[in-house]
Amino acid sequence: MKASSLLTQDPRTKKRNSAEKRFRGLGLTAIVIALAMLVWLLISIVTAGSPAFRQAFLTFPVLVDQTIVDKAGTRDPALLSAVTTLGYGKLLANSLRAEIAAKGIDLGDLKPKEIAQMISEESAATLRDLVLADPSLIGTTIPFTALASGRIDGFYKGRVTMETAALDKNTSPAQLILADRLLDADILSVKFNTGFVTMPDASDKRPEAAGLGIAVVGSFMMMLVVLLLSLPIGVAASIYLEEFAPKNRWTDLIEVNIANLAAVPSIVYGILGLAIFINFAGLPQSAPIVGGMVLTLMTLPRIIIPTRAALKAVPPSIRDAALGVGASKLQTVFHHVLPLAMPGILTGMIIGLAQALGESAPLLLIGMVAFVRDFPGGLFDPATALPVQVYSWTTRGDPGFVERASGAIIVLLIFLVVMNATAIYLRRKFERRW
Amino acid sequence: MSFTKMSCSVLAILAASAMTASARDQVQIAGSSTVLPYATIVAEAFGENFEFGTPVVEGGGSGAGRKRLCEGLGETTIDIANSSSRIKQSDVDLCAANGVTEIMEVRFGYDGIVFASDVAGADFVFTPADLWGALAAETVKDGAVVANTAKTWADVNAALPAQDIMAFVPGTKHGTREVFDIKVLEQGCKDAGAYDIYLAASTGADDDTKKKETIAKCIALRTDGVSVDIDGDYTETLSRIDANKMAIGVFGLSFYENNTDKLKVATMNGVSPSVETISAGDYPVSRPLFFYVKKQHIGVIPGLQEYISFFLSDEMAGPDGALADYGLVPDPELAATQAAVAAGTLMGPLE
Repeated sequence: MKASSLLTQDPRTKKRNSAEKRFRGLGLTAIVIALAMLVWLLISIVTAGSPAFRQAFLTFPVLVDQTIVDKAGTRDPALLSAVTTLGYGKLLANSLRAEIAAKGIDLGDLKPKEIAQMISEESAATLRDLVLADPSLIGTTIPFTALASGRIDGFYKGRVTMETAALDKNTSPAQLILADRLLDADILSVKFNTGFVTMPDASDKRPEAAGLGIAVVGSFMMMLVVLLLSLPIGVAASIYLEEFAPKNRWTDLIEVNIANLAAVPSIVYGILGLAIFINFAGLPQSAPIVGGMVLTLMTLPRIIIPTRAALKAVPPSIRDAALGVGASKLQTVFHHVLPLAMPGILTGMIIGLAQALGESAPLLLIGMVAFVRDFPGGLFDPATALPVQVYSWTTRGDPGFVERASGAIIVLLIFLVVMNATAIYLRRKFERRW
Repeated sequence: MSFTKMSCSVLAILAASAMTASARDQVQIAGSSTVLPYATIVAEAFGENFEFGTPVVEGGGSGAGRKRLCEGLGETTIDIANSSSRIKQSDVDLCAANGVTEIMEVRFGYDGIVFASDVAGADFVFTPADLWGALAAETVKDGAVVANTAKTWADVNAALPAQDIMAFVPGTKHGTREVFDIKVLEQGCKDAGAYDIYLAASTGADDDTKKKETIAKCIALRTDGVSVDIDGDYTETLSRIDANKMAIGVFGLSFYENNTDKLKVATMNGVSPSVETISAGDYPVSRPLFFYVKKQHIGVIPGLQEYISFFLSDEMAGPDGALADYGLVPDPELAATQAAVAAGTLMGPLE
């Protein structure tokens, strides 16, 4: 038998050491692969979506021509509102042509209609609202910033090139050449696009105007409903189950059911919500209140489980001490156990909310995947939500919506990162160890 | 304590606000995803130019839209169902059972269905018989029915490129598939002479079942991977073609017209699809587009009548209107439809 030494490894030690090395190697590979996937995902989303945050604008003085918007010259509101966006579109096109002529820019062989095509139809609506709100603008020349059309905008984001424009029915290389001249003359500029997060959705004819405004408001309203409903209900249910309910077959059954519900596919809650809230209770379709209540149903089990775990983690000695000095059971729970469990509850709550924010399947069934243009005035007005806006943009025909959808994913991801980071921060800051 | 109090008050507020929920002040629409872009264009312009709220438009498919229209009356049900195929008798029965007895049928235009491939690929000159010969499960060779083994388009018709057959066709849940079945496969089957052979060989009890069997045989597609059903939207078909440059895809005319920089369209019977050729009836693969209005909601939901009239107005659905600009094939009988809507004419019985 060989003498064993601490300095030389015997075969069994070698085997054990290499097993550990293998395991470490595998773990590292797994993490590297996962990280590479994440990086790849983020890069693809950011490259596809970041153009949505920049936008081509046309800035030029607009003469609000009385012969177009107020033929009678009476400033009668009824007559003024009879002039449609088509009329205001003409106004914009005329003014842009006048500005181009004034600056002496070579038009090439573009027809007036093709120049008008370079301005987004959305801007005509903006101008109309502006004039209707303040009829004294009629007859004056006002500085105005219009959105450039989707194809011109795409040209400055690499989506449209001279080659594709030659094949494209909706634009022409001549338009792009003029766009470049306008850029040199400071009429056209590419700026940060705040409209992407503030403006409502737009139809397929004007992808350049589509924004997330209503989706952000709708998601916010739904989160508010989820928070207001699931925090009290979830925490109260957890406290009762954990602190007061007798331990018997019934509570076991409830516990199994809660765990089960947490794993039920979310679309099931959508079906339930449609049946209960819309068909039975008669609440309106596409409304954030219904969306919020459906998401509450979905989130509740996911909040009750971590809340119960947080309550369970408070050592029994705290309860015993409180009871020992004469506190009632209710006082013990609300004065001592609950405050100590609060960081865990908050973390669970925020993670539950983040899940609800990213959920789209149940919203499909209650009419939230809709084209909504008017900002909701309350919880009962139609709205959309961030994840369903992504979904509906990916089904649109115009290629401009692809970048919008990716841009919306970026916004959603930012919201989720902020929420999850808050959860981690709160946990770190308030966590108690016994 | 605070939690109980809070939850109670929240529930009370919610209950109270549910009671006082104000009446719906915008039109609600759901249905066909083919009609969806047209409906959103109209809704957007309607919201901008009228005092009424912008209508809320949902997709979901023609069948689902009609079913929701037939759910009943009242504010929680939709007012208009968009549909890329005609309403079925079963829908009408369901509507009647739920009290929706007054339905207006509005045909606002036509949709062309086009075959397109990658913009850099070969040119295709199809006839329905070519497509049927390439994609049908069984073809006819020298009077005998044989399994389809054609590998390239040139195998089917020497005039076509010698390129492997690969086609993305709409899945069976799409309204587009029905048109593809009838106007392309069934037609091609007849043109190739296979229809008569199948009919003669059919063992059905009477003429009707024989015909049904024959048509079913005509429209059965190959299952060896050259014909792929796409259940998603046209955007999915487009990305599939992007990944497989040799493939042919089925699209709506408006989708193609907005992606002419990526797609090259195939001709059918020598006719290239466009708004003009389809409205003239030269391009054969097209279908009417409808929306169905719950007449009992007119006068109850503000803006409903105005929305319908605006949709059918010349500046929207007309030959030079905003919708034709996007790819809608205008209805030559639009004036008659406008008059019918103005008069509030109800839908007649389905034949």
